[in-house]
Amino acid sequence: MRRFAAVLSRELRLSLRHTGDTLAALLFFLLAGLLFPLAIGPAPQTLGRLAPGIVWVCALLATLLPLDRLFGADWEDGSLDQLLLSGLPPALLVLAKAAGLWVTTGLPLLLAAAPLAIMLNANPAILPVLLAGLLLGTLCLALIGALAAATVLGARRGGVLLPLLVLPLATPVLIFGAAAADAVAGGLTPRPHLLLLAAVLAGTLPVAPIAAGAALRAALE
Amino acid sequence: MRLQAEELVVFRSERLVLDGVSLAVPAGGALLLLGPNGAGKSTLLRVLAGLKRPDAGRLSWDGADALAEPAAHGASVGYLGHQDAIKPGLTVLENLALAARLGRRPPADSLAALDLLALAGLPSRLLSAGQRRRLALARLHLAGAPLWLLDEPSLGLDAASVERLGALIAGHRAAGGVVVVATHVELPLPDAARLPLG
Repeated sequence: MRRFAAVLSRELRLSLRHTGDTLAALLFFLLAGLLFPLAIGPAPQTLGRLAPGIVWVCALLATLLPLDRLFGADWEDGSLDQLLLSGLPPALLVLAKAAGLWVTTGLPLLLAAAPLAIMLNANPAILPVLLAGLLLGTLCLALIGALAAATVLGARRGGVLLPLLVLPLATPVLIFGAAAADAVAGGLTPRPHLLLLAAVLAGTLPVAPIAAGAALRAALE
Repeated sequence: MRLQAEELVVFRSERLVLDGVSLAVPAGGALLLLGPNGAGKSTLLRVLAGLKRPDAGRLSWDGADALAEPAAHGASVGYLGHQDAIKPGLTVLENLALAARLGRRPPADSLAALDLLALAGLPSRLLSAGQRRRLALARLHLAGAPLWLLDEPSLGLDAASVERLGALIAGHRAAGGVVVVATHVELPLPDAARLPLG
């Protein structure tokens, strides 16, 4: 536990020093969202209908941005060796990294999602469910992203492979998350969709760190 | 505390890098790995650290099988690789934060041992190559692991710093620690055993 907290505080200290990474993901999220009114026209009703889907797709794409550096930076400068020798099992090391990733990108996206949705004329009634879905969704995406980042570590052009790995794995998250917000807009209960999203998280939480930990060990061989 | 390896074999793709290497280092002992470039010194150090799994052979530390629990073995390893693992965006002191939380020594002692105390607040990107190496050595000292595995520790160090490195290793051995060093140059390591590779 002490080691886990030590690694997590190291991650947070590093991202505090490199706020540009967080800011880049956040600005990408907002800018990508702003492209939709330009592309499909500013008709308020069309935008309001599409708003939850737009927010979800933009959030998914924005979480891809910092993945390349998640393990890549530590791998290049030898820090990953030191982290693996810290006595923390690789799976917990990945969990600490994913937690740091969520705090520095998932959480800011969550905070920016409501303003973006309102700007796209989303029905205010769907906001709580949209945000609840994004809370579960960004946690899933941080774990899936950590798994993908560990898998492509050391591969040539790994940054190009990353979206190809993450996007198919993230489709269930996108489907259930957007469906929950749509259900509220249609007057239905979002409960089953949110529960399925929680189930995805419950499955990802143990599986992704263990698989990513094994991938990290293999990358350093 | 005793490091023992028997008949370690490592292949790198099709090439045989280590062919049946055996070694034993008792508590307070030092072992120098010698050999030309590509003889497998760095590979052997990574195997001893548990970072690389050998294709055959046994490795034990303190009587326990080190290959069965690499994460637990890692906690007793202080590894200094080719790279210094220093984050340029953090200050000298901040780079030691993780080791300071896991170790027992005050960071100031380790900085003083490598003559870095005056630079403690400096961003690490301003350090020279030798100073970065000294910072990596300070982290090693700070973490206080009983098994030190050093890959070319004198890389980029000036004469005075090599003397400090010698004192650091002597102190580590006096406290019962074990040290294995891969090197091409003479280091101030009296009565160290030698293992030629390649």
